[in-house]
Amino acid sequence: MLWKMFITFFKIGAFTFGGGFAMIPIIKKEVVEKKNWIKDEDFIDIISIAQSSPGPIAVNSSIYVGYKIKGFSGAICSGLGTIMPSFLIILIIAKFFSGFSNNIIIEKIFMGIRPAVVALIISAIYGLVKNSQFNNLQLSLAVATALTIVFLDINPIYMIILGVIISITINKIRNKKTIDK
Amino acid sequence: MSVIIQLFISFFKIGAFSFGGGYAMLPLLEKELVEKHQWISTTDFIDILAISEMTPGPIAINSATFLGYNVAGILGAMVATFAVVLPSFIIITIIYKSINKFKSSPYVGWVFKGIRPVVLGLIGAAAITVGRTSFVDIKAVFIAILLFYLVSFKKINPILGIILAGVLGIILY
Repeated sequence: MLWKMFITFFKIGAFTFGGGFAMIPIIKKEVVEKKNWIKDEDFIDIISIAQSSPGPIAVNSSIYVGYKIKGFSGAICSGLGTIMPSFLIILIIAKFFSGFSNNIIIEKIFMGIRPAVVALIISAIYGLVKNSQFNNLQLSLAVATALTIVFLDINPIYMIILGVIISITINKIRNKKTIDK
Repeated sequence: MSVIIQLFISFFKIGAFSFGGGYAMLPLLEKELVEKHQWISTTDFIDILAISEMTPGPIAINSATFLGYNVAGILGAMVATFAVVLPSFIIITIIYKSINKFKSSPYVGWVFKGIRPVVLGLIGAAAITVGRTSFVDIKAVFIAILLFYLVSFKKINPILGIILAGVLGIILY
């Protein structure tokens, strides 16, 4: 069983391009539909947990699925399976790339690709703003975060902690008001 | 040896504080690897990012392996990759063991409400930082606008987009 889990997650890790979110439907297909290891409603819970915990969402969800199926050893097998393909592929590329980076054609290709990376990041922002109805306070916090990190050189970790403190304070006050009423 | 320990600490921090997917961890990656330890330049950083985007697997894992290898060879790659997933493992273990407590606490929801806008801001910061290095001339801005249009509105696959941008690079430069 453990070996089967490792192989399944290895396949998932090896064939999903485009980051963690692209992996979710494929994990679902393998684990819920094909293998029946996890129930559909449990899978939805797992994804929301994986999404809100720090770390790559694909790794988080495969570790959680591993726990559900076979406890601690299951978590290790599915986690390792997910990570292994990336690790091996990148290792090969890293070895190859260092000897190649002075090539003029490669340099031209990367001159084109670098601005494309900016475009992909902005596309992600566009998608986030469109899909998750932020209020004005949340949007200002987002803008303030971006500006302080870039221009005031504040450590991103502090901004995460600050966001949490602000949110807890505001919600506590709001909660108290509704109870008082 | 000390560089291995530094790699471990840096990537453990990155793993522990990266919410909301790959792009949101870029400012922290940049802070740790480019600014603090000066292991790589911003340009190399962007190239590694582009390579991570085109290879299978989560961006966090890909870039940890790549940067670890660049800084300290195979051992570096192993340590960085292990360190970046270790927080996930610890946190998911804790949540799995105490899921019922988590579900009933209102604090959990509040914490995430506060983190979400910061994540958006972090991705914004990444866009500015990467843009400052990538936009070397007007041709680069043109490539970025074209790609944004194709990916956001024409829904083309991002990998296809990167390949197209590489071809444009050969033609334009």
